[in-house]
Amino acid sequence: MFEKLSRPRLRIEKAPAPPWQRALIPILALLITFLLTSGLILWGRANPFEAYYYFLVEPLSSRISALEVLVKATPLILTGVSVSFAFAAGYYNIGAEGQLYAGAIAAAWLGVALRGVPPALAILLMIFGGFAAGMLWALVPALLKVKLAVDEVVTTLLLNSVMAFIVSALLNGPWRDPKSGWPQSPEILLNTHFPKLVPRSRLHLGFVVAIIAALLLWFIVSRTSIGLKMRAVGLGKQAARFAGVSVSRTMLLAALVSGGIAGIAGVSEVAGIQFHLIGELSPGYGYTGIIIATLGALQAIGVAAAGLFFGLISTGAQTVSRALGVPVYLGDVTQAAMLLVTLAMLLLQRYRIRRA
Amino acid sequence: MRGITKRFGPVVANDRVDFSLRPGEIHALLGENGAGKTTLMRILYGLYRADEGQIIVEGQPARIASPKDAIGLGIGMVTQHFALVPPLTVAENVVLGYTDGFRVDPARVRAQVQEAAARFGLEIAAGALVSHLSVGERQRVEILKALYRNARVLILDEPTAVLIPQEVDTLFATLRRLCADGLSVVFISHKLKEVMAISDRVTALRDGKLVGTVDTAQTAPAQLARMMVGRETFGVARQGERTPGEPVLQIERLGADDDRGLSMLKNVTLSIEAGEILSVAGVGGNGQRELAETLCGVRRPRAGRILVNGQDLTAARPHEFTAAGVGRIPEDRHAGAVGELTVAENLALEHLGEFTRGGVLNREAILSNAAALIAQFQIKARPTDRARTLSGGNLQKLLLARVLSRQPCVVIAPQPTRGLDIGATEYVRNELLAQRERGAAVLLISEDLDEILALSDRIAVIYEGEIVGVAPAREADVETLGLMMAGATREGARVREAV
Repeated sequence: MFEKLSRPRLRIEKAPAPPWQRALIPILALLITFLLTSGLILWGRANPFEAYYYFLVEPLSSRISALEVLVKATPLILTGVSVSFAFAAGYYNIGAEGQLYAGAIAAAWLGVALRGVPPALAILLMIFGGFAAGMLWALVPALLKVKLAVDEVVTTLLLNSVMAFIVSALLNGPWRDPKSGWPQSPEILLNTHFPKLVPRSRLHLGFVVAIIAALLLWFIVSRTSIGLKMRAVGLGKQAARFAGVSVSRTMLLAALVSGGIAGIAGVSEVAGIQFHLIGELSPGYGYTGIIIATLGALQAIGVAAAGLFFGLISTGAQTVSRALGVPVYLGDVTQAAMLLVTLAMLLLQRYRIRRA
Repeated sequence: MRGITKRFGPVVANDRVDFSLRPGEIHALLGENGAGKTTLMRILYGLYRADEGQIIVEGQPARIASPKDAIGLGIGMVTQHFALVPPLTVAENVVLGYTDGFRVDPARVRAQVQEAAARFGLEIAAGALVSHLSVGERQRVEILKALYRNARVLILDEPTAVLIPQEVDTLFATLRRLCADGLSVVFISHKLKEVMAISDRVTALRDGKLVGTVDTAQTAPAQLARMMVGRETFGVARQGERTPGEPVLQIERLGADDDRGLSMLKNVTLSIEAGEILSVAGVGGNGQRELAETLCGVRRPRAGRILVNGQDLTAARPHEFTAAGVGRIPEDRHAGAVGELTVAENLALEHLGEFTRGGVLNREAILSNAAALIAQFQIKARPTDRARTLSGGNLQKLLLARVLSRQPCVVIAPQPTRGLDIGATEYVRNELLAQRERGAAVLLISEDLDEILALSDRIAVIYEGEIVGVAPAREADVETLGLMMAGATREGARVREAV
């Protein structure tokens, strides 16, 4: 008599993965991303393992470069929080970049205007001014969206270009530095500089502001009634409207807070790092914020973690380029690959592996 | 089909089901929602693959991996949601995906399709645009599409769900004629009356399992009902006559536009008293959705007034309707709850003010409120489950709980039992009757005439956005209602307008 040997087979089922399988997803995503990018590193005639050492470990091995990771993460966490706020309410704000510059313009102006104001008050005014400016820049697309149903993705995106021209006009016109003649605004006053958190580093108050913003995101979205309304609107607009939630008011609020936080990112860069407005203030922080919000699943912890990780990658990209002579753009490529791989991996959450 | 088993994750949709179809017979596949009828037929049509079991067509084991294979074997299927392209003509829809060569000659195609329609005795103009056709005509196009592809087996998934009574008669006549010519039909339904009227044999499924196959001539509705639900009786009915109360909801010459901005509701005047169920009967798409939405504050009226206990709520916002004591059960229950939020959050959403302190959510209050309502309304869920994980019946109970726990003086119930199985349907109907007993004014909007006749005190018929007649339920009969729903009495003999 022959009996078929029963062999344990693995089956993939369409059912939510258990937590331990879900925890593997970011690790898998990281591995796949590095597999994908090692081809490029080899092409650049460098050893991928060495490159990854410089990329991910080297920046953390010295105190000063570890702090630099936090410096780089500061604007990213802020824009990530900004975008998450809007996305949570189903408002697709692609305009964090422009709103960041709106905040930066306010900071550059206040930084010169607040002569003789005590530092603590001056800094507070800078932050509020940046928030207000970011809100103002976010106001028109938000109103167009809730009043006329104009697609906010298009309007917020296009306004980024408008803002780039405004900045350029300011810097080449009235605000051109009278001393050097460079297209940069006059340096802001000392009483408006963000204080350093650690002496002889670049780490400044902005990092604390970013962490507070992330905590605020968590508290408002998950613990307040306005947060529940935002989630209801974001996840089921019809049902929210039916339950008596004012969809337009909720969306407008989320859009404005989002713009305000992006504006603070601009203040933080001006008052913490550059001390004047320049055209290259942001290498696309507003857009990277979208990636960070998505990777962080719009959750405060996720956004902070993704922001820190991207801070590490962009610090590491400079280290690796110095050490091995590969282009700095490797950092950008890795960030983009990371996003695509993670999005693809998120699909895996819907499946689980079981013995048949 | 032998021993067909199909699993969706942990759910067994079909459990070793046998099913056979003889040439020229109409074989009804009977069962409640979720019994596995559609799944079984989707396997036959190649839309799903069976995990186990085999399909045998004319003595040969068949491998059906896609609808293309099924069509090749002479199997055609008409689903509940038609797969037609509305801006194309009937002829174009019929030949779509079934043309030979590169060139399509419109005149020749039209002639061929017209000839086929005549041959099968289906009354359709091949040149007409599908978008201009009624639902019944569209269904005929779907049937023609299958027959044009040389189908010898035709699967009809709940074909009467969208039809008015007269159209059902036409469909049945067509099917009988086609079967006399040798076509075999699988008729998926959960309506006993239709199954008794049209089928030669009946196979009943329950919870994915085969209950049995019987000859229709040797069975009775009660036996079929027992096979379908596992018990003899079902259905609820109104208890006794009511004593007239005060008018609670008054609608005066209400007008509203549809989503395209075209005038949909015209001059609707209705008055509902306390302790009364007034039903609005009609074929879907005649303004029911607009009426319900206007009465919920989701849609703005263009004309007329809405009064609740004398308070003018015309153009009020949803929360103002709620505050005035209007309980609104959403028509699309999936759009009535936020699927990604938890049961507890959904239950609190409408009255957030009661669950917050200084804008901060009181999570304990939200959870204990949910626990109480879950117990009271027998919802099979935990407070922290996401709403999207609930079955249709439990989701509807959740929405009922949110509304009815407030003891509203007016209940707006558009299509409250659509898509629910018998158990859940009975629950919802009993709840509506309980509201009537409690003294609420209930507006029931339904396309199910049995439901309307069982529950209502008075029946209004809506046709093309107008109320074409109101009559006490005890004077109404299906024939008259059907004629009114089809617009036949619109111009001439109006049923006496009561009240």
